[in-house]
Amino acid sequence: MSTTIQEAPSPVRAEGDRMIEVVGVSRRFAKRLDFAGKILAKLGAPIREEVVHAVDKVDLTIRKGEVVGLVGESGCGKSTLGRMVAGILPPSDGTILWKGKDRTGLGSKDARAAMLQAQMIFQDPMSSLNPRLKVAEIIGEAPLVHGLTTRSELGRYVDDQMRRAGLDPVFKARYPHQFSGGQRQRIGIARALAVQPEFLVCDESVAALDVSIQAQILNLFMKLREELDLTYLFISHDLSVVEHLSDRVVIMYLGRVVEEAPTEVVFSRANHPYTQSLLAAVPRIEARKKAFATVQGEIPSPLNPPSGCHFHPRCPHAFDRCRAEIPALKEVAPGHKSRCHLNDLPNHGGMPV
Amino acid sequence: MEPSIPASAAPPTLQVRNLQTSFFTRAGVVKAVNDVSFNVGRGKVLGLVGESGSGKTVTGFSIMRLVDEPGRISGGEILFGGRDLVKASEEEMRQIRGNRIAMIFQDPMMTLNPVLRIDTQMIETMQAHRKISHEDARQRARDTLGMVGIPSPDERLKAYPHQFSGGMRQRVAIAIALLHEPELIVADEPTTALDVTIQGQILAEVQKLAATTGTSIIWITHDLSVVAGLADDIAVMYAGRIAEYGAVSDVLDHPLHPYTVGLLGSVPSRNKRGEPLRQIPGMTPSLLSLPPGCPFQNRCPRAADVCRQDPPMAEILPAHEARCFRPHLEKAEVAA
Repeated sequence: MSTTIQEAPSPVRAEGDRMIEVVGVSRRFAKRLDFAGKILAKLGAPIREEVVHAVDKVDLTIRKGEVVGLVGESGCGKSTLGRMVAGILPPSDGTILWKGKDRTGLGSKDARAAMLQAQMIFQDPMSSLNPRLKVAEIIGEAPLVHGLTTRSELGRYVDDQMRRAGLDPVFKARYPHQFSGGQRQRIGIARALAVQPEFLVCDESVAALDVSIQAQILNLFMKLREELDLTYLFISHDLSVVEHLSDRVVIMYLGRVVEEAPTEVVFSRANHPYTQSLLAAVPRIEARKKAFATVQGEIPSPLNPPSGCHFHPRCPHAFDRCRAEIPALKEVAPGHKSRCHLNDLPNHGGMPV
Repeated sequence: MEPSIPASAAPPTLQVRNLQTSFFTRAGVVKAVNDVSFNVGRGKVLGLVGESGSGKTVTGFSIMRLVDEPGRISGGEILFGGRDLVKASEEEMRQIRGNRIAMIFQDPMMTLNPVLRIDTQMIETMQAHRKISHEDARQRARDTLGMVGIPSPDERLKAYPHQFSGGMRQRVAIAIALLHEPELIVADEPTTALDVTIQGQILAEVQKLAATTGTSIIWITHDLSVVAGLADDIAVMYAGRIAEYGAVSDVLDHPLHPYTVGLLGSVPSRNKRGEPLRQIPGMTPSLLSLPPGCPFQNRCPRAADVCRQDPPMAEILPAHEARCFRPHLEKAEVAA
């Protein structure tokens, strides 16, 4: 059964074209041995190349107009997956289809168009904006290079982009350091939108912002979604943000997708024990002097992940099979997939919540 | 050790009275902490909540007397065990700091020396404050590591900070803070950089500690939902002042100050899914160019002419203070 992780994506459920299809995608990062290491290894020293399976055979389909939330703790591979989907990092294995076509097989012109269609908004606007460029240059550079506007029209084009992201065009001659964190994030959004993308990957885009500013940026994302008919992959560790924004939620743990379901289902009937413990650990504002629920143990090192189900050392329900065999990501209800052996037990019918 | 007095009769561990900390910069005087008063009782947890630049961290640093030039405490009192820390000499502070008041930082590497083993650092910390043999200090270090939930403390004592994960490093920092059984711990965003499951573990440990050792805790954070489950009292800071102060359930269930109402309203879980979040318009004002009167007036939906004067901190409901002329006395709409 361990081969079923490569099963094809489930048949079409919702309407809407497939924007992105990720099929069996993996990404490995290896620390190569240096010259001395190679010699020592030849002489029999216990040194090996260290390989991290950041993303391990992930399937994911995102339809046009959808907002998919990608959730996981640090080191689970959510950012690596996001970068591959956005097209700025090639996968080690598997294919990523953009509107049904493999981006790597496209001619240079089509490939460039496809790259422009998918844009990314990062967590820290200060390190993703060039500190030596003025805002107008940051926003205007790409559309000019790609012929989306002319040099004479550029000024007005940049003004429109800034207004759309909630920035006053008066500030276009300023540098990024002259803005507050929330405004800087708006510059990053204006820059991404300036090349007229259809698909945005937001990697922890509101994580560094204060609550009141975070609400403004989240509202901007939702407004832009309606105005421009955007599709989002929204990566976050913050479940409440994902719950608010997403149509569908994908949960990752140590490089693998452990659960995938419509948002309401994840938050009301989570199936995987990891999802359940994650939900239990989220501090809630309604709680008063509560005993904090704790998942035992640490997130294991992705260099040396546990055998079988990656979550078994921390799982309260783990049994022998979990240690030996990788569970498959299976449909437990229409549109609800989970990667847990407990679902195969008779009389189980889904985990107790 | 002082004889323990029954908790009800005991004075608060810490009383901060009209504290003012200002930074005398070339651009002008920044009142980072402006007329701040609160109490922390024995074994109680105070949540000090605010957005960036609200003065919550400077308040914590002021209590530790760690404010550096060009900043200095320019007024008020910090009463700790009958002593005003504002007037204490540097030598006295050295005796108190780390010994009777400990601090935990957001980044545990601010506490830990990367080139020394954990045992060296912990034993050194203990011997700095009391006469204790190397062997006893080691024993105590081991016990404290076990207390904060570090597995196999004997082996971990011999490790270097980089050999720990982020969550474990924070536990070590907490253990060092606990070595001297301090009366007060000032914790500045200690779980902000951690994953939720690890944050849950740390919060559970801290809760247990406050309950069993009687240590008082000031928990500084920007995250209302963390203190909701942890704290007894909450002080909400805005632009260097306390906007609202009271018991957790009073402040979170019946917020008086429009800023608290706005803050609670913008939490995603309090909004209907898919609908626009209630947001506070505008942004936090620069402390250099505050408008006269209430610092929140430009963002406040209830602002009126009276708000151009300085609102005093007033006990609007029993044991529930707010600095506002037009508080939400009717039940504010914050719950979704």
